[in-house]
Amino acid sequence: MAERAAGRPVPGRPFSVRRIPGFAGIAAVSFVLLYAPIVTLVVYSFNAGDSIALWEGLSLRWFAAAWANEQVQEATVRSLVVAASASAIATAVSTMAALGTTRTAPFPGSMAIYALINQPLMVPEIVTAVALLIVFAMIKISTGYSGLGYLIAAHAAFCVPFAYLPIRARLEGMDLSYEVAAADLYATPWQTFRRITLPLLSPGIVAGAMLAFVISLDDVVITEFVKSAGQDTLPTYMLGQLRRAVTPEVNAISTALLAVTVVLLSAFFVLNRQRR
Amino acid sequence: MQEAIGRAGTPINGGSAQSGSRVMVEARAVSKHFGSGEQVVKALDAVSVGIREGEFFTLLGPSGCGKTTLLRLIAGFEHPTAGAILLDGADISGLPPFRRPVNTVFQSYALFPHLTVAENIGFGLEMLGRPKAEIAETVAEMLQMVRMEAMRDRQTSQLSGGQQQRVALARALAPRPKVLLLDEPLSALDLKLRKEMQVELKRLQTETGITFVFVTHDQGEALAMSDRIAVMSEGNVLQVGSPTEIYEHPADHFVASFIGETNFLTAAVEGVDGGQVRLRLGGTLEVRAGLPDGMAPGPSVTVVVRPEHLRIADRDAGEGLPATVSDVVYLGTDTHYHLRLAGGEELFARVQNRPEGGEAWRVGDAVSAGFPPAAVRVLRD
Repeated sequence: MAERAAGRPVPGRPFSVRRIPGFAGIAAVSFVLLYAPIVTLVVYSFNAGDSIALWEGLSLRWFAAAWANEQVQEATVRSLVVAASASAIATAVSTMAALGTTRTAPFPGSMAIYALINQPLMVPEIVTAVALLIVFAMIKISTGYSGLGYLIAAHAAFCVPFAYLPIRARLEGMDLSYEVAAADLYATPWQTFRRITLPLLSPGIVAGAMLAFVISLDDVVITEFVKSAGQDTLPTYMLGQLRRAVTPEVNAISTALLAVTVVLLSAFFVLNRQRR
Repeated sequence: MQEAIGRAGTPINGGSAQSGSRVMVEARAVSKHFGSGEQVVKALDAVSVGIREGEFFTLLGPSGCGKTTLLRLIAGFEHPTAGAILLDGADISGLPPFRRPVNTVFQSYALFPHLTVAENIGFGLEMLGRPKAEIAETVAEMLQMVRMEAMRDRQTSQLSGGQQQRVALARALAPRPKVLLLDEPLSALDLKLRKEMQVELKRLQTETGITFVFVTHDQGEALAMSDRIAVMSEGNVLQVGSPTEIYEHPADHFVASFIGETNFLTAAVEGVDGGQVRLRLGGTLEVRAGLPDGMAPGPSVTVVVRPEHLRIADRDAGEGLPATVSDVVYLGTDTHYHLRLAGGEELFARVQNRPEGGEAWRVGDAVSAGFPPAAVRVLRD
């Protein structure tokens, strides 16, 4: 027992982090820190009163208010349009990038390409945001176009690594012998791709697209810099609201966003499990 | 017709049921090198071999001998560094795999996990653009041939190893290729299933009449199934011949030691007349043996005697080599005796156990190891 308490390896038993003293306590505190604020947020979205910190009873009042708010409606539609378009573009680009970096002969500079593709994970988002602001301002001046295209393009760009990584992981884990066997059975390279590679890759593509969608839906920094007047997405609208009067309406919108994310990701995990 | 040339100087062997029929696959001085510069690996070194139409041909050798590389060159997954691959007389060296009327059964089976059994089997025909009715008919025929009718709509992940093997075979046979390539397809199966599949493969080959090229490192498998065997080592084909020829007349030291178990003895050459040589073994025993074609022996040669051809007798009664029993291993059907000759050389004899018991020798017994003169094979240097 003394040995267990000291966390020293017991002969014949592999090292287990769970035997370190205080492990359970640290784990419990971590989970509370992670989830308590979210639970609070969700609970207060059902508050009947006007405060985000003073409980006055149960009500769906703020969900109704958010639902009826035209600004929220517009921002929601805009968020979904941007996220859907950006994740579609990012997924298509990432699929090609993943094929190009795993299903070709090794070429010089492939590590550099890998780093370039994942650049948005490494460059501080604020830097990208400022850079995009400047470049898009130039384009706006010369073309006069000020539509949603800028937001979609910006989101597609920073979503690429999030779509690329799961697709690439899936391809790397996929036995090349299926594609070799297809070629042996008279499938041309295009037929092999369409009938073998793409269907086997699809869980990775779906995972990549969902991740990209959620990341785009959630973005504040780049959106705040790139958006034109009247182009608020849900997160930037919420940020704007916080600067003024904070009501549980923000909680209600957050809860709805959370629900959408949880449902999407759960659906993906269930789908993925069935495929195996 | 030069259908089977090994290394320069080794005999050109023929002699199988299909002798005289035309060559279906031919490798002409094929070399395959991997890597470049100082790290170049010569997987195949100017290999020439001819595989006849309708035969069960085996590429046999230890891992790294180049047998799988040769198979992949025929399939088109690799392209030769030098030389040419001919299929039915036409040079196919430059064709991609999907333009070659050749199909492969992979070691890992590589069944498409997202397709059913029937869809897997029909895949090749579908890619060839055959009409749906014809595909359905052929798939049904193939399912019947490999006795998998009941598994038609299963996912391949629900099948056992043996069943996957059958589907892989049916899938590769469905387009009726000119040649079926089999890359160690039995290695993942347990012993009992492997024996069953050996019989099954041989039956399918006879039924379809398709040329089979089978890769294995298992000499027992090769002997049991093949019409002809090419023994390979370090990127070269050492000998091509029927199982009997390979086993009974090994061309060199490697072939003799790789196929079955054998005893190597050094013999002094007493004289040569015609194709025969007079040898002296262990200083006492004189034997006459045939020489391989065109061989001019030096003062001594290496001969092989298979362990099942050795006869053990009492020291006084025997006319063989005097020896001492150093070890006895009882194996049920046989007993293995390890013998030490006066000169220190080791011999190994396999004696079949008889129902009536018979003589059993014990460790330390002084015996005589004899063999019929016909059991002695002279090896090339």
